[in-house]
Amino acid sequence: MTALDAPRVRGTGPLRSGTVLIGRSLRHSLRDGEGLVMAVALPVMMLLLFTYVFGGAILDDGYIDFVVPGVILTCAGFGASSVAVAVNRDLHLGAMRRFRTLPIRSWTVLVGHVAASVLRNLLATAIVIAVALALGFRPTAGPGRWALVVILVALWILAITALFAGIGMIAGSPEAASGYGFVLLFLPYLSSAFVPTETMPSWLRPVAEHQPMGPLVDALRALLIGGADVQLLPPILWSLGITAAAGVLVTQVLRRSQDR
Amino acid sequence: MDAAIEIDDISKSYAHPVLRGVDLTHEAGVLALLGANGAGKTTLVSILTTLVRPDGGRARIGGVDVLRDPAGARRLFAVTGQETTLDELLTGRENLVMIGRLLGLGRDAGRRADALLEQMDLASAGRRRVATYSGGMRRRLDLAASLLSRPAVLFLDEPTTGLDPVSRRRVWDDVRALAAAGTTVLLTTQTLDEAEALADRIAILRDGRIVADGTAAELTAAVGGQRLVLQDATGAEVRSADTDGTAASLTRALAQLGPADQDLTVALRSPTLDDAFLALAHGTPEVAA
Repeated sequence: MTALDAPRVRGTGPLRSGTVLIGRSLRHSLRDGEGLVMAVALPVMMLLLFTYVFGGAILDDGYIDFVVPGVILTCAGFGASSVAVAVNRDLHLGAMRRFRTLPIRSWTVLVGHVAASVLRNLLATAIVIAVALALGFRPTAGPGRWALVVILVALWILAITALFAGIGMIAGSPEAASGYGFVLLFLPYLSSAFVPTETMPSWLRPVAEHQPMGPLVDALRALLIGGADVQLLPPILWSLGITAAAGVLVTQVLRRSQDR
Repeated sequence: MDAAIEIDDISKSYAHPVLRGVDLTHEAGVLALLGANGAGKTTLVSILTTLVRPDGGRARIGGVDVLRDPAGARRLFAVTGQETTLDELLTGRENLVMIGRLLGLGRDAGRRADALLEQMDLASAGRRRVATYSGGMRRRLDLAASLLSRPAVLFLDEPTTGLDPVSRRRVWDDVRALAAAGTTVLLTTQTLDEAEALADRIAILRDGRIVADGTAAELTAAVGGQRLVLQDATGAEVRSADTDGTAASLTRALAQLGPADQDLTVALRSPTLDDAFLALAHGTPEVAA
């Protein structure tokens, strides 16, 4: 009987189980063809739309230089929202039940989803930037500034992915999870991502300038196309703060779901 | 050596009390936990497998406290529940290899996955995504996932519910083979034939308590003596009277049955496990075997 020659359970540390679970989530990304196409095609279409359709009406010249940071961040939102569905599916379709009876830490399952999403979205971001360059985007940033851009974008992707993971945990079903995520996707429009805030009504302007995406878009724009004053701290604090808050939410929900 | 399963005064309430102080110790072999729908079987298994925390009481698997050291307990047991716990987007083999690696089997994970796919007759299906599997195939893959390591205790929560008769037999054969190889099994079931076919010992859970515990023969004996039955040509019962089988009692029982038509016959019936189950799991007073 095979039970007799089966190897003994040796257990794994969080690092190794995390690696296995990141591999699992990356495999999901590759399998989910539609999701992959959406993650890349949507931002590219948006870039085309804003550059060629709306751009002329918003700014006379150089709108593509203005809009690329906003498109990158909207792209991250689209890409990250799929994590809510993936996490919810694990919880409601049984996979989490298996993971919780294995000698691993439950949160490593979420780490797998989040890390895979960050990698996937960084790739999508690179594609968007490549398309933008082909369309005439001419950033002035040197290598150091590009490195800062990558760090800011990666931190933002991490924050929004962690938030979506939390949404996935509290949503009642995978459909609901994808619905909640939609709200977050509108955030870029209410900022300086697509239009200068000076064109907004005076009561709306403070909201647009101080919501998390406002400082982030401004910092990215300043780094990419030049600007005297680059404010790095506010966007970094926003990203880390959102990540921490989402982490607390996820931990709480995980713990409570075991006390059922 | 520590008993495989020790349950000490476990209680759990949701909106209503589900478990009201369950005590049960099982050393080895196959234990069937029998109970009607809603008796608390799944809740008890969920507590033993660290998925749910009880309100009170203690439980140990192979001597390891599931509440104080859930991670330690998870190294000793595996569980296959009513719902499958597989990753639909991965293939059958990828599922097994992933779980094997999470168990820490390292390089053995792939070899072990292949052996189990072969054993469960899923060798060719192993390359397909689980989303394409039938219910029976999922259940077998889920069982394979529980056998990747060598669990000291295997929990099977209604392992054959919803399976066709052929798949059901296959699962039974697997359970028997595991038990023969020394794995302690706790299985929950709603059906008597399953308990009778697989278990060395049957415990009946009703209203959150163990109301009877013993071998099939002991449980049957516990629900009382024989009955003298007046039956028609088809064997259907017309009237019956209790008896303890002595001559005096039989004479008395025959008199109780009263006058009968020509075509009726008399038979002496012993209680079946069905009778025991109906009496113990669904009603009538508690019986300790």
